[in-house]
Amino acid sequence: MSDLRELYQEVILDHNHRPRNQGELPDANARAEGHNPLCGDQLTLFVKVEDGRIADIRFKGCGCAISTASASLMTEAVKGKTVEEVREIFRRFHALVTGEAEGQEFFDEFDSLMALAGVKEFPVRVKCATLAWHTLQQALEGGGVATTE
Amino acid sequence: MLVDSEVVLDVTALRAQFPALAQQVRGKPLAYLDNAATTQKPHQVIEAVARYYQRDNANVHRGVHELSQRATRLYDEARATVAEFLGASRPEEIVFLRGCTEAMNLLAHTLGSRLKPGDEIVLSELEHHSNIVPWQMACERTGAVIRVAPIRDDGTLDLDAYRGLLSERTRVVSILHVSNALGTINPVRSIAAAAHEVGALVVVDGAQSAPHLRIDVRELGVDFYAFSGHKVYGPTGIGALYGRYELLEGLPPFQGGGDMIARVSYSGTTYAKPPARFEAGTPNIAGAVGLAEAIRFVREVGLERIRAWEDRLTELAHQALADVPGLTIHGPKPGAKAGVVSFSLRGAHPHDIGTILDMQGVAIRAGHHCAQPLMERLGVPATARASFGMYNTPEEVQSLVRGLAEVRRVLGL
Repeated sequence: MSDLRELYQEVILDHNHRPRNQGELPDANARAEGHNPLCGDQLTLFVKVEDGRIADIRFKGCGCAISTASASLMTEAVKGKTVEEVREIFRRFHALVTGEAEGQEFFDEFDSLMALAGVKEFPVRVKCATLAWHTLQQALEGGGVATTE
Repeated sequence: MLVDSEVVLDVTALRAQFPALAQQVRGKPLAYLDNAATTQKPHQVIEAVARYYQRDNANVHRGVHELSQRATRLYDEARATVAEFLGASRPEEIVFLRGCTEAMNLLAHTLGSRLKPGDEIVLSELEHHSNIVPWQMACERTGAVIRVAPIRDDGTLDLDAYRGLLSERTRVVSILHVSNALGTINPVRSIAAAAHEVGALVVVDGAQSAPHLRIDVRELGVDFYAFSGHKVYGPTGIGALYGRYELLEGLPPFQGGGDMIARVSYSGTTYAKPPARFEAGTPNIAGAVGLAEAIRFVREVGLERIRAWEDRLTELAHQALADVPGLTIHGPKPGAKAGVVSFSLRGAHPHDIGTILDMQGVAIRAGHHCAQPLMERLGVPATARASFGMYNTPEEVQSLVRGLAEVRRVLGL
């Protein structure tokens, strides 16, 4: 059961029950839809990019605890970052949840993202953890629909 | 052992015949409750397939040698076994295919070739994507339209609304017998009778009914009936389509190739009679052999006994799950459905439920069950589904209930 405790940490449960940055963003200038056809999870991401930085970001949609918490944590982690920085954080995050990297050294400034490291023990849940990130990438590349299929 | 007044099923002896059931998963005894997705296979089936490859393997319908004759005989016998299983008039009414999905594609393609703009196909809100998408593709090609018969809040078909959709424009009614997502048993006889009154053809997706109900296509009065072998304790990649012979005879081919022709020349080809017309290429001979063995196995256990046992498990699950706080069961009450319990747990997404149960050795399905329109109708993104087979036990139902307590604990509910 220790893997389960590792997966459903307090931080994850907290962000699942009380997601941050939830809702629509009326002055968003980038948006994208994401869905995971496997389980029916879907979310819409609203992003306001100013001078190459993420000035504000919100999401709405429904999904499992992992995808909801991941979306919530992501919005906190990327706010104020440049588009380039976001790309780099996603690369590291992806390596973290797929178990390709230890990740600890990468995430000093994003402690909270480390809460999702437990996903690496659950390969079928990687798509849940990365749905919001794929959707963000889609939004920054001009919008549309991202799927994790 | 569960003993009813007239029904006795020795589940311990039965389980011993399924090698996959006797294993630990995540350090816990496996409770396999995902039988609507696929069933485990008894020794008898596994050995029949192995024996075929070890002893009788050859191509069918073309060799003069001994092995080919044996393979042909086994393949033809398998067809006869399936025909008897479904209550068909003769073996030639059975087409071997990969499964229900291929059967629906075959029908949407061949029946679909006659559709005209404005013709209507009636489906139900319960349908699996495999009985939606092929018809949508046929409509795109022909300009025909799909009408959807609604369900009531309890997950049963609204028969009056269904009848209201039928008209002289209705060409095909294609409907599932048992819902994979809710377990609902559709009143196929009434559905077929009403469809025939307006001159429509009746296609039934029997993927979920074949493992649980005794099927007699003539008694049901249907024109086409499909099922998949792997859900009836047989191999994957094999299934069968029943079609009334005179209807099959009138259909154009689906795929072209060897075995489906009478004579080929570059100036034109004449097609073989059914069922060969619909079985282009070397068929899944080993699959057919395994399926026939699975049918023999199911008949030996007895479909009535299987049904009674699964009903008891379903009832037990309903009773036990009623005590789980925040849990809602979707669909009809036990007795009015096959062994499927589809549920939601407030505050827990089905995907999380699935993961946490898996860590306790309990295998269920979480998701939209390839029935997204139905999920929308129920107002849920997905459900968790436990589905029973002949070999499940009351103890496994208890494992599910204990597992759900763990789900609530882990998720802090």
